[in-house]
Amino acid sequence: MAVDFQISIGSTVPIYRQIIDGVRRGVTNGELAVGDQLPSVRALAERLLVNHNTVAKAYQALVRDGVIESRHGRGVFVAKRRNIYTKAERHRRLDAALQAFVGEALLLDFDDAEIRQAVEKKLNDANGRKKRGDQ
Amino acid sequence: MSDFVIQTHNLTRYFGQKAAVQQVNLSVPRGGVFALMGRNGSGKTTAIRMLLGLMSPTRGSAEVLGVDSAHLTPEIRARIGYLTEGHFVYGWMRVRECAKFQADCFPHWNQKVFDAVIDHFGLDADAKAGTLSRGERAGLCLAMTLAPEPELLVLDDPALGLDPVARRALVEAMLAVTSRKDRTILLSSHYLDDVERVADHLAILDSGVLRVHCSVDEFRERVGRWILRFGEGPREIPEIEGIVHSRILEDEVQLTIANPTDETERLLAGTGAISIERVSLSLDQTVIDYLTQRGRSGSLLQIVGAGTKPDVPISDPEPSAASAESS
Repeated sequence: MAVDFQISIGSTVPIYRQIIDGVRRGVTNGELAVGDQLPSVRALAERLLVNHNTVAKAYQALVRDGVIESRHGRGVFVAKRRNIYTKAERHRRLDAALQAFVGEALLLDFDDAEIRQAVEKKLNDANGRKKRGDQ
Repeated sequence: MSDFVIQTHNLTRYFGQKAAVQQVNLSVPRGGVFALMGRNGSGKTTAIRMLLGLMSPTRGSAEVLGVDSAHLTPEIRARIGYLTEGHFVYGWMRVRECAKFQADCFPHWNQKVFDAVIDHFGLDADAKAGTLSRGERAGLCLAMTLAPEPELLVLDDPALGLDPVARRALVEAMLAVTSRKDRTILLSSHYLDDVERVADHLAILDSGVLRVHCSVDEFRERVGRWILRFGEGPREIPEIEGIVHSRILEDEVQLTIANPTDETERLLAGTGAISIERVSLSLDQTVIDYLTQRGRSGSLLQIVGAGTKPDVPISDPEPSAASAESS
């Protein structure tokens, strides 16, 4: 099972948020495939050495967002991707992510072509991983 | 049954003219870890002692497990575990004798829990308590407090003086206790890292006054820091309600504000700052901002003008010049 993110204490990001981000990252970059089981709340709390309510809160948010699903009595699994957001919300979220990304890239003095190329490469990587994961 | 294991009503205690605890209304819900924070002398231990009926309040009252603290019966006390500051043990007893001695005082005693905690802290059951290191003594005290499997565990600064390994063991023990939903820990601690790991709720006492009382998440959401940058001209701290902490730096004013509203944003916009930015705060920064006395302009670092100002990037070409100007 590929849940091997670390959390950092003393970060400006609350722990439950770090767990949400960690699982989401695992799903988007292909380390976690649809149907993979996640550790139980207790197991993850023990491993990260945090309050189990914190893990439960993160899992609840992930279930609400459709990233994972809870199968009664069996545990928590990565859910089949489905769009739970409205079209407008999806665009809003994409826009927010893009704004941060483009801002950072320009600040680092990359030109348009370089940024486009980097995005292209990332997309190819992600697609490649997804294909390998499907096999 | 009450959903709160601890409730205080205007709890107040004076020592002579000095109010050590002032009108504190605390409600600790059942289940999880409730962190009580505050500087040394802020009234944490006094409040805890009143809760446990070890000291009478000057005014107000407290209830623990639904019973007035002034009238706790031995049966109720047996459901409360109390780890005092300083990890006191009888030095002439062996570890296993400490267990037997303590077990006789409680109607319920789980030797397995005692053995597990002793093992967790790497203690020898035959060792004399007086020869133990501070961390080992903490482990012994914790084992004696946990073995009666109390419903409510009151830990008064349990991590004080512990090395990182013992502190980690303590965090693990606290998490193990509260993995049962009906077990509650009231934790007084200065270690913000530990608190961030274990606490569900947080209260901050400042000179005997309760200034924060909410869930840890809510606390983080309701307190924010704003960075105001000004061009030329005077930089003053604006009059805005809810300012917890402020710092004037070389080229910016930092404001930590509790419970910001639209009005706060409006007032900030009216300060004439050329840029206003809200930044995220870590839990420890937020708590420290709360505990730092207002009026003093900032941290010790800033006062002594050391070149370690965290806002200066390491690659700053002239770090010494920057720090000299800011001091």
